[in-house]
Amino acid sequence: MKNTDLYNYILGIADNTLILGQRLGELCGHGPSLETDIACTNISLDLFGQTRSYFQYAAKLKGGDSTEDSIAFLRTERQYVNVLLVEQPNKDFAFTIARQFLFDVFHHLFLEQLQQSKDVNLSAIANKAIKEVSYHQRFSSDWVKRLGDGTAESKERMQDAINDLWRYTDELFHTTDSDLVMIKEGIGVDVKKFKDSYYQRVNEILEEAKLEIPESKYFQKGGKKGIHTEHMGYILSDMQYMQRTYPNMTW
Amino acid sequence: MSEDQIKNLEAQFEARIARDEKIEPKDWMPEKYRQTHIRQISQHAHSEIVGMLPEGNWITRAPSLRRKVALLAKVQDEAGHGLYLYSACETLGISRDELFDQLHTGKAKYSSIFNYPTITWADMGAIGWLVDGAAIINQVPLCNTSYGPYARAMIRVCKEESFHQRQGYEIMMTLANGTPEQKEMAQDALNRWWWPSLMMLGPLDSESVHTEQSMKWKLKRKTNDELRQQFIDQTVPQADAIGLTIPDPDLKWNEEKGSYDFGEIDWDEFWQVVKGHGPCNKERMNARVSAWENGEWVRDAAIAYAEKQQEYKSKQAV
Repeated sequence: MKNTDLYNYILGIADNTLILGQRLGELCGHGPSLETDIACTNISLDLFGQTRSYFQYAAKLKGGDSTEDSIAFLRTERQYVNVLLVEQPNKDFAFTIARQFLFDVFHHLFLEQLQQSKDVNLSAIANKAIKEVSYHQRFSSDWVKRLGDGTAESKERMQDAINDLWRYTDELFHTTDSDLVMIKEGIGVDVKKFKDSYYQRVNEILEEAKLEIPESKYFQKGGKKGIHTEHMGYILSDMQYMQRTYPNMTW
Repeated sequence: MSEDQIKNLEAQFEARIARDEKIEPKDWMPEKYRQTHIRQISQHAHSEIVGMLPEGNWITRAPSLRRKVALLAKVQDEAGHGLYLYSACETLGISRDELFDQLHTGKAKYSSIFNYPTITWADMGAIGWLVDGAAIINQVPLCNTSYGPYARAMIRVCKEESFHQRQGYEIMMTLANGTPEQKEMAQDALNRWWWPSLMMLGPLDSESVHTEQSMKWKLKRKTNDELRQQFIDQTVPQADAIGLTIPDPDLKWNEEKGSYDFGEIDWDEFWQVVKGHGPCNKERMNARVSAWENGEWVRDAAIAYAEKQQEYKSKQAV
C-alpha cells in the first residue's frame, strides 16, 4: 500500500469514534431518563457515522477486498489503535459523562485543526463532524456541571469519575510515527499544539462545576500502540461476534 | 353540576365525536374518556420504551456498520415515540413520573410481544417486518382518532414505523437471499415471531372487553379480528416473495372470502404472557426498574442544579 501512513493515521482517528460509539450503544434503553437515553444514543449514532466516513476512505486507500466493515470488525485486538480513554466502561452515568467530556473537548479541538488538512477527504469529514461534536461537547459539559454542582452524591460520583479517568487524558496527545509523517505533510494535526488549550478548557468547566482538578501526574498509555486495557477484548467479542461467527457473508 | 347538565354535556361531546371533531386537552370530556385514553396512550408509550430493550440488545453486535447505525436510529425513534406519547398523555392530567410508577409496579401494561427474547440477528428483521407491521395496522386508524394530541402524535409515529417495517423486511430479504445459514436464520426468526405477532392484534373479538366503547370514541376503527385478517393477508405474499414459509400448516387462500384462512392461535400462551409469565417479562421489568432506580441520583442532581441556577439568577436580578 502506497499510503500506509495515511491509512494508519485514519485508523488512529476512527478507532476512537468506533469504540466510543460502541460503548455508548451499550446504554440504549438503560439511561437515567428518556432524554439522556436519546442523547447518548444520538451521540453514538454520530460517532458511528463519522467512523463510516473515515473507514470508507481508508478502505479505498487499502484497496483489494478491504471495506469499512473488514476494517471495523476483522482486526485483532493489537491492531486497534484507539486511546485507552474511550474503551473505559460505563461504570455509572458519571463515568459515561466524564469519559465523554474528556474526549469531546479533545475531539473538538482536533477537528478544528483537521478542517485545515491538506487532504480534502479528511478536511471534508472534519467539517461535517465538528458540527456534531460541538453538540456533544455542550451536552457532556452541561452534565459535568449538573452533576458536579447538583447533590452531594452526584458531586462525589462525578469527582470519582474525573479522578479515575484523568490518567487516560495524556495519551490523547501522544504521537505515533505515522502521525509525525502526516503532520509533516500538512495532512495530520499536531495535537501537542493544543494540549494546553485542552487542559485549560477542561479545567474551566471543572471549576464551574465546583469540582477539584486532579493533581495526579501519573498517566496511562498504550492504546495508540495497540496495547489496551483488559476491557477491550470484551468489547471486541461483542462487536465482532457476527462477522467472526459467519465469515464472508453479506448483511 | 346537575345530572341533566352532565347528560347535556355528554350528548354534546358524543355529537362532536360523531362529527369527527377533535377533542383537545382543555375541552370538557367524560371521566371515562379521560381514563380510557390515559390507559391506552400510556400503554402505547410504555410499549415503545420497553420495546427498546429487545432491539437494543443487538446494537453492540450488529453485523455491519450500516446495520448498526440503522438499528441505533430505529431504537432511538422508539424512544422518541415514547417521549411524545408520554407528553400526549400528560395533557390528560397525569405526570410522566406517575405513568412510570404504574409501569414499574405492574399496574400498567405494555405490548406482550416485547416479552419474547431476541436471540439471533434475524430477530431484528422479524421485529421490524412483523411486529412493526402489526403495529402499523393497529396504529394507522389512530391518526384519525378523536383525541387531538394522540392523533397528531400518531401521524409522526406511523411515518417512522412504516420506515422501520421496510427496514426490517430488507434485513429479512438480505438473509433470505444469503447463504443457507442465513436463510435458516431468517426462517427460524419467522417461525418464532409469527404467532406472537398475530397475538399482538389483541384477543378475539368475542373476548375483547374494550372494543365497543373504543369504537364509539374512534380509538378503534376496526375490530381485533378484522385487523388480524388484514395483517395476515398483507404479510403472506411478502413472505412468499422472499421464499420464506409462514409456520402455519392450516394457512390457505380462501377464494370465496378473498382472504386467507389460518390456524388456531394458542390463546393460552397469549394469556400466560399477558399475565406476566412470558419468557422475558421479568427481565424487561427488571431492566426498566433498574434504569429508573440507578438514574434517581442523576435526576435528583439535575433538579438540584436547576434550582441552584434559578436561585443564582434571582439573586442577580435583585
